[in-house]
Amino acid sequence: MNASPLGSKTTARLLLPLFFLAASIGGAQDWVHTGTNLGAQKIRLAAADFKMVGTDPALSNAQQTFNQVLYADLTNAGIFDMVSKSMSPPVMPGSPQEINLSQWNAPPANAAMVAFGAISVQNGRDVVFGWLFDAKNTGSPQVLGQQYNEAAGPDTARHIAHEFADAIIERLGGGINGIAESKIFYVSDRSGAKEIWEMDYDGFNQHQITHLGQICLSPRISPDGGRLAFSELTNKGSEIRIYSMSLNRMVSFPIHDGTDFSPAWSPDGNSLAFSSSRSGDPEIWVSSASGFGLRRVTAYRGPDVSPVWNPKTGNQIAWISGRTGLPQVYIMSSDGTGVQRMTDTGYATSPSWSPNGQFLAFAWSRHYGPGAPGGQDIYVMDIASLRWIQLTHDIGRTDFPSWSPDGRHIVFQRTAHGHSEIWTMLADGTGQHALTTTGNGRMPNWSWK
Amino acid sequence: MQNRKKNSALAVAALAAFLITTGCHHKQAAAPEPPPPPPPATAPAPTANISVTPNAINPGQSAVLNWTTTNATDVSIDGIGAVETSGTKNVSPSDTTTYHLTARGDGGSTDASATVTVAQPQAPAPVPQQMTEAEFEQNVKPAFFDYDSYSIRPDAQQTITQDASFLQAHPNIKVLVAGYCDERGSEEYNLALGQNRANAAKTALTQAGVDASRIRTISYGKEKQFCTEMNESCWQQNRRDQFSIDQ
Repeated sequence: MNASPLGSKTTARLLLPLFFLAASIGGAQDWVHTGTNLGAQKIRLAAADFKMVGTDPALSNAQQTFNQVLYADLTNAGIFDMVSKSMSPPVMPGSPQEINLSQWNAPPANAAMVAFGAISVQNGRDVVFGWLFDAKNTGSPQVLGQQYNEAAGPDTARHIAHEFADAIIERLGGGINGIAESKIFYVSDRSGAKEIWEMDYDGFNQHQITHLGQICLSPRISPDGGRLAFSELTNKGSEIRIYSMSLNRMVSFPIHDGTDFSPAWSPDGNSLAFSSSRSGDPEIWVSSASGFGLRRVTAYRGPDVSPVWNPKTGNQIAWISGRTGLPQVYIMSSDGTGVQRMTDTGYATSPSWSPNGQFLAFAWSRHYGPGAPGGQDIYVMDIASLRWIQLTHDIGRTDFPSWSPDGRHIVFQRTAHGHSEIWTMLADGTGQHALTTTGNGRMPNWSWK
Repeated sequence: MQNRKKNSALAVAALAAFLITTGCHHKQAAAPEPPPPPPPATAPAPTANISVTPNAINPGQSAVLNWTTTNATDVSIDGIGAVETSGTKNVSPSDTTTYHLTARGDGGSTDASATVTVAQPQAPAPVPQQMTEAEFEQNVKPAFFDYDSYSIRPDAQQTITQDASFLQAHPNIKVLVAGYCDERGSEEYNLALGQNRANAAKTALTQAGVDASRIRTISYGKEKQFCTEMNESCWQQNRRDQFSIDQ
């Protein structure tokens, strides 16, 4: 729904309410909600500030970080209706004996669940007791009781908050692990050259991984998180490179003729799919994780690029092919048979397969060409029905969606005003916010766990 | 039968003896031999040695030739003429020169040679290694492409035909074909599209007679841009195959 230019201010004033109505209807058609558990009734959850126990000078900072991170994680999860801090009772119950549930289940908080506990610093260790209580079940309220005891460091309180948030999300979110400890890999030019960077799922702790001084692209972390595959473009061409996250250095991978890029790990971590022009035309090839046992799986004139495995089964590959002209999303068996075209028009790139195997996220310009309406946005398609929904609208050019391990979030690249940043959102398109703010952030890839 | 066997055995022995004696004879050529069956050389064979110091100079500098011979009566050096049987001489050639010495004597003739290399700072001749990028680019023009296409357009075909004739006239140059894309579209897809563009030019050059082994391809996708404005004339500049000397 685009606003048409209006003749005069009077018409504008008259039509304005109509336009908003039309826009909201149009929005309702496009903004269909989907994603694991996202359609369900959200649980109203309160997170009390944790009580400080003791007088260690480091405690105040730790408590502040803990409260902030726990609340943000639970908000980001997308499955809770969070009680805002201003609606919460002004108390910090530090133990089950100290909590008065009627304070929490009554207005204005109206919480169905409440998380609370205590934090202390003892002998250089951060100690946290955390509980999750069912506020409506005063007889037997305890849902979760956790204890954490970890050596105090600059990020310990943050780390424990992530752990406790994930425990709550797993318990209340249908047994699906939280993502508070997952990582996002991406390309940044912050240091000058395009290098691979890593950050926490919430944008915290951004740090540089590679220092190659070339053009590093398409980072893909292995399922176990141990190896990072990417492509490096130099004046010799583009090669697949592997960085060991455990050894903190580059490890060897066979160099070929400079035409290999866009790697993708199979879910068992034993194979890599990538685009290679070693036989002339850019095709999808599959090798072992160490680069040997090569076999070609596509054989059709035109660009074939951006493979991604079905993470659930490991026996299918989605990729982008320009065999009929503009690039489209395709699916095939990992042996190259059973090719199925998924998109029917426009310019579609950068597929990412949802962890449950049911959805593809990709970037799509449905109307492509000079002067065509609309832009390049992130879409999610249900593979079985080929039905799709649009997740980003009018926020610039978006590309490179990547699913979170819980299938509830999608991280993506947003380019506006000649500048690219990494953004994240829930898989229904809500909750969009930036994770990077400096340099150009590109090609995000969410870790598998 | 017996007889023939004996005969052949004798023949083998004789051949062996001959080979041994001739072998020895060569090794001891200079030494006067007692007179066995073949009459000894009446005069020893000449020997010759020539060297040049230094053996590499710049134009205008000189080097010293130094030669010695033995058992020679008539010694000459090509380009210099007859010379003493041993001697030295200053030379200052403008090009790399090989001095070839021939020594003749009653015992036969022999020769020796020495080379002085003269550095060539700026040879006017079109030596391929000396061709500058600028000169190359002046003659081997880029090929431009349509939007999201890697088909060679008629104008690009014309350019490539001219590029090919220049390349055929300079058969020692290796060429790098780099495919570029405009800034629209996806980074990964454009890497593949750029590869297809480079491949298309390689095919066209090959069809125009350029040896495929001289051509290397690379794709820069949209990672490097010739023009950074967001308009069609700029995008057209960026949708290209750029040719350069492959070092």
